[in-house]
Amino acid sequence: MEISNTLFSRALIDAAARAIPLEQVVADQIRAVQINAYYGRTHAVRGVSLGFAANRITAVIGPSGCGKSTLLRCLNRMHELVPGARVEGRVLLDGEDIYAPDVDPVAVRRRVGMVFQRANPFPTMSIYDNVAAGLRLNGVHDRRVLDDVVERSLRQAALWDEVKDVLGRSGASLSGGQQQRWCIARALAVQPEVLLMDEPASALDPASTLKIEELARTLRDNLTIVLVTHNMQQAARVSDSTAFMLSGELVEFRPTTELFTRPKDQRTEDYITGRFG
Amino acid sequence: MRSVLSPSALLPPRSGLTRGHQAWRDGAFRATLTACGVSVILLVAAVLVQLIAAAMPAIRQFGPSFLWTVRWDPVHSVFGALTYAYGTLASSLVALILAVPVSLGVAIYLAEIAPAGVSTVLSFVVELLASIPSVILGLWGIFVMAPWLRNAVEPALSRTLGWLPLFSGPPYGIGLLAGGMILAIMLVPIVSSVSREVLKTVPVTQREAAYAIGATRWEVIHRAVLPYGRTGIIGAVILGLGRTLGETMAVTMVIGNRPQISPSLFQPAYTIAAALANEFSEATTDIYVSALIELAMVLFVITLIVNAIARWLVWRLAPRGVVSA
Repeated sequence: MEISNTLFSRALIDAAARAIPLEQVVADQIRAVQINAYYGRTHAVRGVSLGFAANRITAVIGPSGCGKSTLLRCLNRMHELVPGARVEGRVLLDGEDIYAPDVDPVAVRRRVGMVFQRANPFPTMSIYDNVAAGLRLNGVHDRRVLDDVVERSLRQAALWDEVKDVLGRSGASLSGGQQQRWCIARALAVQPEVLLMDEPASALDPASTLKIEELARTLRDNLTIVLVTHNMQQAARVSDSTAFMLSGELVEFRPTTELFTRPKDQRTEDYITGRFG
Repeated sequence: MRSVLSPSALLPPRSGLTRGHQAWRDGAFRATLTACGVSVILLVAAVLVQLIAAAMPAIRQFGPSFLWTVRWDPVHSVFGALTYAYGTLASSLVALILAVPVSLGVAIYLAEIAPAGVSTVLSFVVELLASIPSVILGLWGIFVMAPWLRNAVEPALSRTLGWLPLFSGPPYGIGLLAGGMILAIMLVPIVSSVSREVLKTVPVTQREAAYAIGATRWEVIHRAVLPYGRTGIIGAVILGLGRTLGETMAVTMVIGNRPQISPSLFQPAYTIAAALANEFSEATTDIYVSALIELAMVLFVITLIVNAIARWLVWRLAPRGVVSA
C-alpha cells in the first residue's frame, strides 16, 4: 500500500511537471515514465513519458524508425529480449513499476498481451490449442475451463462462427485476416489488462483491416489498447488519443480529433498533412 | 542535340530481337548441368545392377530365407544375414538412444542459451569432434572406453538393472554397448550441429508469440521453438543414422565381431559393414563372395527404408500453410 502510494505520488509529481490533468493520471492503466530504450548504441526511444487511459484506445503514430514499436515493446518487457537491448525508466502498470528489480517479466507479459505485425500462430498446434496455449502455460488443464475460455476468446475476437467446426484442425487454411484475429484470441485467452497491438493490420487487405479495427473498438470495453500504426487514417478511425513520435521523442499527445484537426506542433502538422514520413 | 533517351555511346549498340550469336552458351551450360544430374542417377543404377549381378548366385541358392537365417558358416557354405542385420540395427538404435538427448541438449544450448562467444567456440569444438577419423575413435574405444565399460559401467549396470535381460551376463567391455557408444559419439556432432542450424532458423516471431502469452524461456523453447523445428531435427537424426548404419571401422574395433543375437547389450555382436570389411579378404569360395555382396544389398535396402521412413515423417510433421515470416 505504502509503495503504491509512493509510486502514485511520483506519478502525480510527474503529471504536475508535465501539466497533465489529474483525472487522466488516475485513469491511466499503464504509464511510461521517462523511458529511454537502446539497441546497443542506438538510442531508439528518448525520454518518453506517456499515459495510456483505461478502456481507451491510444494510437502511437510516426514515421518508420521513430521508436514507436520500441516504446510498445518496453510496455511488456519484450524489448529487453533483443540481444544488446536495454531500457531505462519506469513503466507503471496499475501503479506498479514493471521494471522494479523483483518483478518477473513473465508475470508482466501475462497481464500485458501483445499482437504482432504478422500473424504468428504456432503452426504445429490446432486452432484450439493455439488459443489454449497461454492458459496451459498458466497451469490450466481442466478441459471444461479451457473449452469455455477458448470459445469466449474466439467470440471476443469475432472468429468463433468461422472456426467453431474446425477447432481441432490446423489453421493453415485460414486467411491472413482470420489468422490475425486468431492470434488476438490467443492473446485474449489469458485475460490481459492491456493489449499492445504492433501494426496489427499492416499486412492485411482493406476489408480485413476494417474487421480488426472494429474488433479493437469492441475490445475497448474490457481492455486498455495501445495501437502502434503507420497508418494515420487508422489511428484517426480507431483511437481515442493519439501520440505522435519523431526520432525517438514524443512530439505531441492529445485526444485524436484534436491532434488531427488542430495539431499544436509544426512537426505534427507536417506529418499528418503528408509533408514527410 | 541528343535526346535524353538516346542510348549512351558507352553501351554496346542495341541488338535486335532475334537469338543472338551467344545463345549456344546457354545451351552448352544447360547440357553440362543436365549431364551432371543424370550422372548421379546412372551411378546409383550402375551400383545396383552390379550388386544384383554379383549377388545372383547367393540369391539363387538361398532364396528369401537368406534374410531370416541365423547361421553364417563359410566352411559349410551356409549363409544367413539375420545376425548381421540385427547387429547393424541394434547398435544404431543404442547409438540413437544415447546420442539424441545429448545432441538436442547441445543444440538447444548453442542456439538458445549460450552467449554468442561461447556458442561460436563450442560449435567449432563440436564440429572438430565430427572430423576425428573413425579409426582413431576405434582405438580410443579399445584402449579407454572398453576397459571403462568392463570395469565400471557394466558391473554397475548389472548390479542395479541386472534383472533386465538387456543388462544380464558377464561384462565383456567389447560388445553391443561399446559399439553403440562409439556410434553415439560419432552421432552427437552431426545431429547437434544440424539441429542447431535448424533451431536458429525458427523465426523470431514464433519466440515472441510464446513470450507474449507469458512463457518462460524454457516454455518458449519447449512449446514454440522445438515443435517448429521438429521436422528439421528429425532430418538431422536421420542424417546421423545414415552414417551409423554404414559406419565400419570404429564399430568393428569395439563390437566384438561375433555373429549372434543376444538380448544382452554386454554381448558381442556383428554389423553388416564390419562383416564386409573383415571377411572379403577371407572369402575364398565364389558363393562366399556372392553371399557377402548380398549382405551389402541388405544394408543398402535397410538404408533406403530408413530414409523412406524419414521422408514420410518429415512430410507428415511439416508445419504447412500457416503464414509466418
